[in-house]
Amino acid sequence: MLKGVNLSVYKGEVVVVIGPSGSGKSTFLRCLNRLTEPTKGDVFFEGVKITAPDVDMNVIRAEIGMVFQSFNLFLHLTAKKNIMLALTKVKGMEVEDAEKKSVEALERVGLADKADTYPGQLSGGQQQRVAIARAVAMNPKLIMFDEPTSALDPELIGEVLDVMKSLAKGGMTMIVVTHEMGFAREVADRVVFMDHGIVLEEGAPAEIFTSPAHERTKTFLARLLKE
Amino acid sequence: MAFELITDNLGFFAKGAILTLEISLSAIAIGFVLGILMGLGRVSRILPVRLLSTGYVEALRGTPLLVQIFIIYFGLPSIGIYLSPLVSGILAVGLNSAAYQAEIIRGGIQSVPKGQLEAARSIGMTYTQSMRHVVLPQALRLIVPPMTNEFITLIKDSSLVSAIGIWELTLVGKELNAKYFEPFQIFIFIAIVYFIMTYATSKIMRRVEKRFKIPGYGAEA
Repeated sequence: MLKGVNLSVYKGEVVVVIGPSGSGKSTFLRCLNRLTEPTKGDVFFEGVKITAPDVDMNVIRAEIGMVFQSFNLFLHLTAKKNIMLALTKVKGMEVEDAEKKSVEALERVGLADKADTYPGQLSGGQQQRVAIARAVAMNPKLIMFDEPTSALDPELIGEVLDVMKSLAKGGMTMIVVTHEMGFAREVADRVVFMDHGIVLEEGAPAEIFTSPAHERTKTFLARLLKE
Repeated sequence: MAFELITDNLGFFAKGAILTLEISLSAIAIGFVLGILMGLGRVSRILPVRLLSTGYVEALRGTPLLVQIFIIYFGLPSIGIYLSPLVSGILAVGLNSAAYQAEIIRGGIQSVPKGQLEAARSIGMTYTQSMRHVVLPQALRLIVPPMTNEFITLIKDSSLVSAIGIWELTLVGKELNAKYFEPFQIFIFIAIVYFIMTYATSKIMRRVEKRFKIPGYGAEA
């Protein structure tokens, strides 16, 4: 339940959202592409008020990639076809072009050899990398990550974070909900701490991690870093 | 007991069996197409569509097939719609099966993880595209076993159209029995022919299930 979140994300910025579970981080992300319909408030994307009733969300969503905690790869399609589906159906690409683009995207995440493999035959880390490739192939202006490593075995987290780091270096605008503080410290331009449905504080990672202004941020970080 | 009765009338039995197959296959097809529409209707976000599909399912599932056959064959003419016995029979069995198939398909759709639809919508696909390319292909694979049941039931229930004078397998049996009065022999033979059809259906559906199994997903078949 969100109680009022005011946040701007700029082009090329990597914003990491942290906070205890139940603080509304995922809900916040889902409101941005209206997978969850906000009951109040507005969302603007490149100056367009996308919470307006006459906006074609399908057009907007094609420009905002989303990566889920549970990967959500299309289970009945190979890695390559997972990426091709939206390219052909949403972007109207020819099959050959979509196929080329899809293989390129898989190369970027180091999984070109898995093009014809089904999600069920991939490890969690590989599935998430394919899911990232699926989002990237659409040439989105923003990619949102909803706890992308929370469902992974610890030894598989690194490969997914590496892909995300290289995306960030490439200038992709990203909003990342995560509990990976190392990633936040290294990659984030800005860290946002959410608690009880509001943004409690935000700032550069160094600020938030070394001298958080709020008691609750301190407690949260202390508990997290102890683990 | 003389088996000549069977061998002498093989042609007659065969005609009946073929008609039973024709009725069953046509009705399965009608039921499948309507079943998908009604199944989608059952999960639609549009209330009138949902109510209409639910009403259809409840009405056709809640009344006897034989009565439905009578309504279509004997009842429709009184409002000016005249259908041949065969068309009436196929229509009745097909419309009835649509209700059951709709429920099976609804179950299938609801068994597909919610994240699948969300992923499809979040990448810009419309609801219709998401259903068609992501949810339904998975739902249809999940429902092969219950669909097998439904098809088998339908083949057996098609014997009810004998009540409006269609010369399918059961009516052939009744007719021959009237002539020879060898009910045990005749109806056991009829039962065996039905069994061959239903057993073949179950084998074919098993193949369909294996053919479309998603690698690495679900229990090994």
